[in-house]
Amino acid sequence: MRRPRTGLAAILPLLWLAVFFAFPFLLVAKLSLSDTALAIPPYAPRLDWSRGWAGIAAFLRALDLETYARLGHDRLYLEAYLSSLRLAGLGTALLLAIGYPIAYGISRCAPRARRALVMAVILPFWTSFLIRIYAWIAILKPAGVLNAALSGLHLPTVDILDTEAAVVLGLVYAYLPFMVLPLYAVLERQDARLLEAAEDLGATPLAAFWRVTFPLSLPGAAAGALLCFIPMAGEFVIPDLLGGSRTLMLGRVIWTEFFANRDWPAASAVAIALLATLAVPILLFEHEQAKVAR
Amino acid sequence: MRRGPSAFNLAAIGLGLAFLYAPMAILAAYSFNASRLVSVWGGVSLGWYAAIFQDDQLLDALFVTLRVGLLSATLATALGVLAAVTLVRRAGSAGRTVLAGGIYATLVMPEVILGLSLLLLFVAAGLPRGFWTVVLGHATLTLAYATVVIQARLQAFDRRLEEAAQDLGCPPWQAFLLVTLPGIAPAVAAAWMLAFTLSLDDLVIASFTSGPGATTLPMRLYSQVRLGVDPKINAVSTLLIAAVAIGVVAADWIQRRGMRSGAAQRQAK
Repeated sequence: MRRPRTGLAAILPLLWLAVFFAFPFLLVAKLSLSDTALAIPPYAPRLDWSRGWAGIAAFLRALDLETYARLGHDRLYLEAYLSSLRLAGLGTALLLAIGYPIAYGISRCAPRARRALVMAVILPFWTSFLIRIYAWIAILKPAGVLNAALSGLHLPTVDILDTEAAVVLGLVYAYLPFMVLPLYAVLERQDARLLEAAEDLGATPLAAFWRVTFPLSLPGAAAGALLCFIPMAGEFVIPDLLGGSRTLMLGRVIWTEFFANRDWPAASAVAIALLATLAVPILLFEHEQAKVAR
Repeated sequence: MRRGPSAFNLAAIGLGLAFLYAPMAILAAYSFNASRLVSVWGGVSLGWYAAIFQDDQLLDALFVTLRVGLLSATLATALGVLAAVTLVRRAGSAGRTVLAGGIYATLVMPEVILGLSLLLLFVAAGLPRGFWTVVLGHATLTLAYATVVIQARLQAFDRRLEEAAQDLGCPPWQAFLLVTLPGIAPAVAAAWMLAFTLSLDDLVIASFTSGPGATTLPMRLYSQVRLGVDPKINAVSTLLIAAVAIGVVAADWIQRRGMRSGAAQRQAK
């Protein structure tokens, strides 16, 4: 059979993504091979079209891996890289542990209640991310709501604002809807007769859950984990507002290199390193989505 | 037979929702606090709300954000309709594979990377950074979300209706505009709303792609939030949360009504 044609409708979105999404990555890659310079924009070399081929050759010769070597020698970048992956990984594990019972509980409610509960889970995602993270500052700060409540109950107070614990809490809070929805989607579609069959064959409800429901829900868990892990690894707002100056994450390093240090090549090199690390999870995510679409 | 939720299930749901909503409830409560200190309750006051309307910088930022949101959401939704048509109806084609790859990659791409790459594009193209570059950046960010929302509805749409229109002599594009587009209109409206609220909310891409004179509300809020907790920010936040909640519930209602009337039409047939 002949492969179907793509059709005219695809032209504009494809062009848009090519210009505003794919092509800019080449610019980031190119800039990561450039050097910083006291100029506007602050990098060199610049491509000189007026010199024709000689200009292009001179431009290409000036590109090198110097920025990567510079970053490789500085422990700060390695630590930021490792703590990004560690915190995103920890956040994803906690999200699975917290999100699964919620999604499972919703899937067992009556249809009308299910709809309202899904809505209630989605609603925070629509409200401002920045504001929801900001709300935690007032809760977690030393003289904040949490400690006022704890001391009211004569419990010892905690001081976790500006620590990694606060960042993980913020990640779990902000990404919970992204974990619950894909899990719910697979759990809700599950054929209830499978469970009846398992119980007819003598399985206890708990055994039926572990041997039927849980294995069948793994694609949803994979989709949710990837949907959370990838953006969390590059998160900026959460570590910046809740992590204090000691918490290093790559998203924040890119921001600082760019806005504070005006080191565009370094920001680009860090972005390329992050992108290279996330390429495998992104491809896995696309693979999962393609399976779901079929 | 489907068994109802157990006590454990209900506890999980209850705790989950409490976790999601408690911080916002606390934020809203403190926006009415007459005292500047979070730990001291100084009585109920609307003073922080009044203060918003005396802050010209904040109001300017709000208008910039609304204009960016209107334009970028409209762009993203128009492109999203075209992208969704390709994703749903061109299965197996090369263009669909590439487009799906791009859409899902944008959906999960860390915003810092997206913002940096867009900025480098605008610098390379010699575009002065400002209002319009933020619009282009936000349209790129929200295109993926709009596509996913419209795609879900288009998948469920009965394509035979469009084919019937074509059999009756309608050119394909006209059949799409007159039959399919009204049929998926609720999803298109929902996609626009989602794109609009995401644009309203975005700090990272706006910070990278914006220039002088185009400070958006999240940029303004962020620079104040960094200085510490400010009850006026609580008041702005509460208004934003309320506006979005009303918008989302309204959009959901419209979509459900649309679905019900669609079901009624099918039953009438």
